[in-house]
This record gives sequence, structure tokens and C-alpha cells, in this order.
Amino acid sequence: MNPILLTPLDISIAASLIILDAAISIWLKLRLHRQIAIAATRMVVQLVAIGYVLRFIFALNNLAVTLLLILVMVLVAAREVAARPERRFRDHSNFAIGFVSVAFATFITAILALTTAIRPQPWFDPHYAIPLVGIILGNVLNTASLSLDSFLGSVHRERPAIEARLALGETYRASISPLVRDAIRRGLLPIINQMSAAGIVTLPGIMTGQILAGLDPLEAVKYQILLMFLLSGGSGLSALATSYLAAWRLTDERQRLRLDRLQS
Amino acid sequence: MQAALLVKELRSQLAGPFELSLGTGSCAAITGPSGSGKSLFLRMIADLDPNEGKVWLNGNERGAMSAPQWRRRATYVAAESGWWADKVFEHFAATARNGAAALAGRLGLRADLLDAPVGQLSTGEKQRFSLIRALLLSPPVLLLDEPTGPLDQESVVLVEALLKERLAGGTSIVLVTHDPSQAQRLGDQRYRMMARQLETL
Repeated sequence: MNPILLTPLDISIAASLIILDAAISIWLKLRLHRQIAIAATRMVVQLVAIGYVLRFIFALNNLAVTLLLILVMVLVAAREVAARPERRFRDHSNFAIGFVSVAFATFITAILALTTAIRPQPWFDPHYAIPLVGIILGNVLNTASLSLDSFLGSVHRERPAIEARLALGETYRASISPLVRDAIRRGLLPIINQMSAAGIVTLPGIMTGQILAGLDPLEAVKYQILLMFLLSGGSGLSALATSYLAAWRLTDERQRLRLDRLQS
Repeated sequence: MQAALLVKELRSQLAGPFELSLGTGSCAAITGPSGSGKSLFLRMIADLDPNEGKVWLNGNERGAMSAPQWRRRATYVAAESGWWADKVFEHFAATARNGAAALAGRLGLRADLLDAPVGQLSTGEKQRFSLIRALLLSPPVLLLDEPTGPLDQESVVLVEALLKERLAGGTSIVLVTHDPSQAQRLGDQRYRMMARQLETL
């Protein structure tokens, strides 16, 4: 099952499709040809660069270097989580919440997979660890930003209801719990959709890649199933962590609702 | 005589400092233009906004009890009522629903409204049900923010009668109202809030 290796000529032929896009843009005056050219160039440069970085790191096969790359990936993901919601904290809590929940969910699911299911030697072998973390991270990022956006959006809308409960002597935890539940539910929807549609509506990317690389479809399916379980676990953990951390950042020792900590 | 509610040097970044001493079964009525800090004052007593200073209830300092315990004793009813479930009755503990129905009757609310979705109630109906929620807890201090603001004259009379009954029963009330004649009718002590300072009238 050797993959069919691509030659530079093969890729050049496919690149002519970009010329086609550009030609359509010029012909229909879409004024997109510049953007298409820049995006295509960026894509090629970024992917080739990461290819070299990965080859280098795979060759090193060093735990510290692998962890360093993963840390950079997590930081970028946390920045994305922080940037997404319309409502923000005044301080750096958006980023802190994104970082903690994304890192927590990714590490737990990735280490579980590496030590029990995939079991490379050594367990941190970057061949396995880095692509796995990348897939989990992309998914967990999506969940965390949806949960954070949902929570911060609804807390503004629901302020009278939350404060009415607080004023009647209910605890902050009880008063905020419907919003926390909704935020967690919102974060989990995409992975539920992905699992329901897998194989019928979509052929998931990993499976497609492995089949193209010559792997037996059933073997590819097994990988995909494992991955879906990992992603749903990661989603659950990050939705939970994001929602509870955001709720906790909006209260204080006297169980008040501290909307003054959000930008107006 | 010991004050039921004693407020000393209560301040925040937005308002104060405030001083208030209110006897058992007394009503302090506060009037003043909107934006002058009347609601802020009530929210600070209820500890819903960050604040400094000391508040005592019958000699017990606020900081000595948990925030929920405090708010069950000094209960704030906001001018804009808040709702967290679909139906009105879901906002009352199962054991409190008979009491809620009885009080609803006294405030001129139809009994079937308890089973209605909150969204079908008028602002005035919601306002009275949110007052009932607080009254059912029988707190020693009520902090009422425009409790009759959206009500017609007939309902105002009913609400005031119920509040007078509570005052006679020993409940102390801090009442924010835009209606000077209501302040006259209910207030044993009257204040005017101007530029986030309390002036005695």
C-alpha cells in the first residue's frame, strides 16, 4: 500500500486551475484575481514551510521540541478563541479562558489516544503527536469559541433574570446555571452534527487522506471512528471548561454578577 | 431604639457616601430625578454592585453572612422585573404557589395568570408578580425600586395597602418612587436623591 507520490509536474498541472480562477475573475471583473494569487501563494509557502518544520521535528524526535511546537499551536488557537466573541472582557480573560480550556481539553484527549489506542514508540513520537494534536485543536477551538460567544452574548440579555434570582437569595451558581448549560450545548452541536453526517453527507478528511494514501477503507474507517470519539471528548471538555471559567470570571466573593468586567 | 437597617459610609465608585438609619416597621421613601442614583443605592444595600462601607440588620453586620443569606433578609425588587422560566408559576417554589395565588388575588391579578407564559403578561402584571416573589420570602427589609411605576391607579391602591400591612407587621421598607404623593403616603422618613447624594427632606 505505497502511496502514489506526486511529482512537481503533477502539482503544476493542478496549479493551472488557479490561473483559470484568475482568468474568470478578470473576464467577469470580479477583481478577485489579486486576492486569489496572494491566497494561493500564501497557501503554498505556508504548507511547504510547515512541511520542512515537521520533517525537522520528526527527525529530532525530541519531547521538549515537540511540546514547544504544540505550545505554539495552542497559543494561536487560544488567540482565535479570544478574538471570536462579540463581547469581550476588559482584561485578558478571553485569552486566558481560551488558553486554559483549549490546552486542558487537547492534552487530556491527545495523551489518552497516544498512550492507549495509537501507542507509538515513544508515546510522544511527533509523527503521531503533532497531527493528532492539530486535528483535536482545530475542533476544540471551534467548540470553545462557540461556547464563549454563546455565554458572553446571553449573559447580557439575561441580566435582569440573573439578578432577580440573586436578589431573592439564590446562589450565583444556581442563577447562572441555565446560561452555562446553554453555552455547553452550543459548543457541542458541531461535533454531534459531524458524527451524524459522517460517511453519509461527508467523507471525513482524515479518512479520505488515508484512502488516497492507499490504506484499506476499513482500516481508515477505524481511525476515523477513533478520531471522532477523541473529538467529541475534546469538545465536551473544552465546552465545559470554557463555560465554567467564563461564569467564574463574571462573579466575585459576594456572588454578584460583574458585567462591569466586560467591555461595553 | 436599635435601627432595623443601619447604613454607614456606603459608597462605590459611582455613588455615595450614604448614611441611613431605619427603624423596624418604618419606610424610607426616596424620590429624585432619573439617573440620580436611587437604584444604585438600593443595589448597593442588597450587595448586587461592588461597594464599600457597612450595613447592619438588627445589629448583625452584612459581611458576617453570605451574600445569599443577606439578600434573603434585605430583598431587592428591581424596577425591571426578571424572569428565568417560561411560565409564571415556575418562578415560585412548589410550596409557595398557594401563597402566591393568594397574594396575586389581593393585588388584582387573575388566578389563571399563574399558569400563563411570562411573555403574555403586561409590564404591570409582571411587576406585581415580581413583588409577590419577594413578599413570599417575608424578609425583614424590602428594597423596592418603583414598585408601582407601570401600574394603573386602582392597582397602586392595592399594592400600597399590602405594603402598609407589611409595615405594620414589622417589615422595614426602602422605597424608591417617582411619585411624591406616594412618598408622602408611605414614607416615615423622606429623602431626595440628587447627583448621587441623599438629602433629607
